[in-house]
Amino acid sequence: MEYFLIIIAAIFVNNIVLAKFLGVCPFLGVSSKISTAVGMTGAVAFVMVLATIVTYLLQKYVLETLGITYMQTITFILVIASLVQLVEIMLKKVSPSLYQALGIFLPLITTNCAVLGVAIMAAMNKDFGLMESTVFAFANAVGFGIAIILFSGMREHLDLVKVPEGMKGVPISLVVAGLLALAFMGFAGIA
Amino acid sequence: MSKLKIFTKGFLKENPVFVLLLGMCPVLGVTTSAENGLGMGLATTFVLLMSNIVVSLIKSFIPDKVRIPSYIVIIASFVTIVELTMQAFLPELFDSLGIFIPLIVVNCVILGRAEAFASKNSVLDSILDGLGMGLGFALALTILGALREILGSGAIFGINVYSGDGALVFVLAPGAFIVLGYLIALSNKLNKKLYNK
Repeated sequence: MEYFLIIIAAIFVNNIVLAKFLGVCPFLGVSSKISTAVGMTGAVAFVMVLATIVTYLLQKYVLETLGITYMQTITFILVIASLVQLVEIMLKKVSPSLYQALGIFLPLITTNCAVLGVAIMAAMNKDFGLMESTVFAFANAVGFGIAIILFSGMREHLDLVKVPEGMKGVPISLVVAGLLALAFMGFAGIA
Repeated sequence: MSKLKIFTKGFLKENPVFVLLLGMCPVLGVTTSAENGLGMGLATTFVLLMSNIVVSLIKSFIPDKVRIPSYIVIIASFVTIVELTMQAFLPELFDSLGIFIPLIVVNCVILGRAEAFASKNSVLDSILDGLGMGLGFALALTILGALREILGSGAIFGINVYSGDGALVFVLAPGAFIVLGYLIALSNKLNKKLYNK
């Protein structure tokens, strides 16, 4: 039940992109086609879960034990950067087809604030154990996926609509994202 | 490029938020009020300025292959300084900015300027570039924060402008996207008028 609540809260109520504003750069950057949005979601889910597990263990057993939690920001970003590199090298060797699908998105993930944000939120939450953090990370990745895939579907339709000259491109996309966020606010009462 | 141009290009012509669309997460996340926007903007300006200086000072010592990780470590160190300083002296601002302070590390504006400008230019130019870009970023955040505060709660910097409640939606998440969309449209129009005649 507790896991169920974490999942619903992370996907719908506090959607990582539309309510918490993490990962907005890829949300706007790679959402012009549904296929690239799906690829990005896969890469983010993979790295987010892995990074949260590693940083959680680091926080609990290294930083807190040594009393140097102020090193959190530096440690986490370095861990995430090297993890992304590692995943890239391993994927290339183990599964070239998956590497082809996710490859171009992986380097972008280092500067994806959603990954660092979820890692920090999981590490700072005192109620979360390792299992909760993992579920939390996965649910947030799903929430990211839902938001970006819905948005890219809407953007594909925007190409067919007549938009006033000044609003073409980014401005109208942002307004559409705002309406999508408005729709997600409807979930606010659930949890 | 003249020194003045390096400094002023961040304000409108290459504004990091309105034109380059970099660092969108804090732009949307913290601008619930003008004060938060300004605080975040100044914190980012400090990190951007310091990392530009350091990167430009040691650019000839960093091997090309590890330059990005080195930049990230430099940026993360300054972010930690900001984090600790703000927690000590501005605890209220620290609480309302929350998770977005450590996330300055992954603000693409900062890494972008280190890679695109500071690693190729002199220290003085990098200082001007860092200041200009940072202040342009702060300006954008303050405008967005002020607009959302006025529309959403009828106040600016906490001072009441008109009585009544305002449309709460502008302080909430959807308002951030919508107001920014219209601001970008406006800045596109301004830039077109000023620079391509």
